[in-house]
Amino acid sequence: MSAVKDHAALAQAFNKDEKRVDWHDETLWFVRAKRDRASHGIPDWELLRETASQIKHNVLSNMHDYLVQFEGNALANGIKIHWAADAAEHNAIVLSILKEKGIDRMVKSKSMLTEECHLNDFLQDNGVEVIDSDLGERIVQLAKEPPSHIVLPCIHKKKEEIGDIFHEHLGTAAGESDPQILTETARQHLREVFLTRRAALTGVNFAIAETGEFVVCTNEGNADMGAHLADVHIASMGFEKLIPQRKHLSVFLRLLTRSATGQPITTYSSHFKKPRPGQQMHIIIVDNGRSIQLGREDFRNSLKCIRCGACMNTCPVYRRSGGHSYHTAVAGPIGSILAPNLDMKKYADLPFASTLCGSCSNVCPVKIDIHDQLYKWRQVIVKNGYSTKTKTAMMKGMTLALSSPAIFNISGKAGRLALKFIPFAVNNGLNPWYKQRDMPTPPEGSFTDWYKKNRKGEQP
Amino acid sequence: MKVGLFVPCYINQFYPKVAIDTLELLEKLGLEVGYPLNQTCCGQPMANSGYEHLTGSTNELFTQNFAGYDYIVSPSGSCTLHIKDHLHSDKAPAEAKSIRSRIYELTEFLTDVIKVDSIKASFPYRVGVHQSCHGQRGLKLAQMTELTAPAFSKPEQLLNMVDGIELIPLTRADECCGFGGTFCVAEEAVSVKMGKDRVADHIKNNAEYITAADMSCLMHMEGILKRQNSPVKVMHIAEILNAAMV
Amino acid sequence: MSRDSILKAIKQNQPELRPLPADVDFYFEQTEAAEKFKQVLEFIGGRFVEANNYAAVKASLENTFPQAQRWITAIDEFSELATLIQPGDPHELENVDVAIIKAHFGVAENGAVWVTEDLMGARALPFITQHLVILLNRNNIVPLMQQAYQLIAEKDYGYAAFIAGPSKTADIEQSLVIGAHGPRSLTVFLLDSDN
Repeated sequence: MSAVKDHAALAQAFNKDEKRVDWHDETLWFVRAKRDRASHGIPDWELLRETASQIKHNVLSNMHDYLVQFEGNALANGIKIHWAADAAEHNAIVLSILKEKGIDRMVKSKSMLTEECHLNDFLQDNGVEVIDSDLGERIVQLAKEPPSHIVLPCIHKKKEEIGDIFHEHLGTAAGESDPQILTETARQHLREVFLTRRAALTGVNFAIAETGEFVVCTNEGNADMGAHLADVHIASMGFEKLIPQRKHLSVFLRLLTRSATGQPITTYSSHFKKPRPGQQMHIIIVDNGRSIQLGREDFRNSLKCIRCGACMNTCPVYRRSGGHSYHTAVAGPIGSILAPNLDMKKYADLPFASTLCGSCSNVCPVKIDIHDQLYKWRQVIVKNGYSTKTKTAMMKGMTLALSSPAIFNISGKAGRLALKFIPFAVNNGLNPWYKQRDMPTPPEGSFTDWYKKNRKGEQP
Repeated sequence: MKVGLFVPCYINQFYPKVAIDTLELLEKLGLEVGYPLNQTCCGQPMANSGYEHLTGSTNELFTQNFAGYDYIVSPSGSCTLHIKDHLHSDKAPAEAKSIRSRIYELTEFLTDVIKVDSIKASFPYRVGVHQSCHGQRGLKLAQMTELTAPAFSKPEQLLNMVDGIELIPLTRADECCGFGGTFCVAEEAVSVKMGKDRVADHIKNNAEYITAADMSCLMHMEGILKRQNSPVKVMHIAEILNAAMV
Repeated sequence: MSRDSILKAIKQNQPELRPLPADVDFYFEQTEAAEKFKQVLEFIGGRFVEANNYAAVKASLENTFPQAQRWITAIDEFSELATLIQPGDPHELENVDVAIIKAHFGVAENGAVWVTEDLMGARALPFITQHLVILLNRNNIVPLMQQAYQLIAEKDYGYAAFIAGPSKTADIEQSLVIGAHGPRSLTVFLLDSDN
């Protein structure tokens, strides 16, 4: 698709180690299976999804007023509100808050938005040390890699590899790969961090217009450890995290973790409404392309996403290509419909990294029509000229052959043009079909040939 | 009742027997079946590649070809779904719209329209049913494991009427095989890996045959099976439903 | 400040107003709430203990945590066993072994309990402690999150949390490890009375 490595090339590299692909696939399928058990245990699960989807639709349609309402209530609660048009402005706001307080070390819990904004690199370039406190994120941070999954950041790493990283950076014994011991080591290491950092940044799972509060969900307790021990709490949120009223959490919190990991709820669902006495609390509301997506009728529903990751776990392509093959902060099916909005050229490959099997849309707790949007993005990308000339020429040739019954119906094995234009049937050694698959043997005649011989012709 | 048989391009060219079995099966049920000779393709290969804007002429052709039929029946869930979702015509917009509601995939036509309750066929083998995604999730030919909803399967409902057949359970009941149209060559590595895994699930559960309501998935899996010199064969569901009594 | 330009773009691009859906009464099994709560809490790694009164809780705790050095509580009646929490720097809580607090109510479907800031004493306490003990009245268990939010819809607080089980992670190869950054254990005492 493009000159840089695209999903197909990166996925091909990932597939060189088949045993590892099997392991990756099974690990994520295990999560999908847990999700199934949890959701099948709720008799009106589908009604719950529909309700969540409709609430989010109301939010999208009333976003302006809800944001103004949220801002007013949060300000009244003593929270400072900032607005960032793009990643650069978001990062600059974080830096200015820290500088004003003379802080050069910060602890951060999981926030895919800060990944999208490349905040860590920016802060480090400006002399601020950032430590990620979610265990999975800390592991990939030490490995100098981006997360490969929005909920399970280091799901691509084997415990032995994590053991090596901990041996190098945190002083565990060489060869130690017991998850219990590695987690305990991280606990000690990060406890020291929590106790010494004066600023903590968290993400936001839900922001409530009616009350001006926000909710952060974690299993580890790292967002709370950071926030409650810091003088400054910064919460970064894309504006689509809004929900109208507190009671709507009763729908979303039932769906989120069951969809994500199969747990009935995260260990902690923390409701931050006011800073504690003496503490500063900031919320940065980020656009970064979201208002454009809101204007795209076919794609705005992608903003309903609550970042559960269920579409990744169920995606047979994601499981067999790994998160890094998507070369964007949010991988998998949802990432493939979000990323082209930010940069259509760079991410022109992603909507094609799917068989359109539709499993993603079925697991989505807010019923985003993910696979239909993948199809629609393909049309937009081609129309905007981000396809290759070769592919366009092939498609035009195929169209020509398929538009003319006369050409299509030329009989005889050698002459049958259709055999040459059906994409997986191009009969030469360069066709990737042949690398690992045999072709069906073309029969002497087509069905049309047989029909003419065996039935008494049909009205054209 | 006049039934128009729509035979997908690759079935017409590569698997004429599937189309013959479909035709004979419908005829055996006493239906008047016509086959418009000028049909080519539903246009899905272009559309799924992002070139839906090139499908104008295949759309017009399709609309012309099938205008006169009460029902249009096709042995492919994927092509049927494409017509249902995307067929439109500038010349005959109302007809195109109506065709979208008159087209049926073969098994849903048999269970929902004809309401078949017995089939005279025999197939004494262990068979794994591959749920092709567009048929299953698109046309809802069978319940999807993702949903919290009662189980059903139109293809299996029909297969269970066949003498001697044993349907085997799969470890992953409805995972995609990785064919995906041009995906099968554009994303060759992942496509093949998905196909290998799907085939392995059937083999592990002792299938002698893999069947489906979509030949494209089967062609992909057959390509892998043949390369592996596996004795396991693929067979379109129409071939089984039309298999002779022993 | 990008505030106005962002809001302007949103106003321009948002779709036509769609109403909120009506509130739904979601289904729940008519089982004993406490039994369901117990099952789920144990499934998510929590301990569930039934006790008649505070004296029984104290006796049980002394047996359960014989090694614990520093005990902190936000409940007056436990001030013999544990130190009553005082306002101050949360960093001073860094070496707490056992913290004892009350919850407003529990939720049967997910084993969570609802705790507001005033019941915690300090926001950091339920997280920084090595072991967390929560007292819950048997009459205060609701079946679903729907009923839970009916109870808290209008309440004011600075900070509050649903807490469901001990701190945990499965980030390493999906292997479940209890005790990530927060408490290594969570015990919920189910009480028939509030003393």
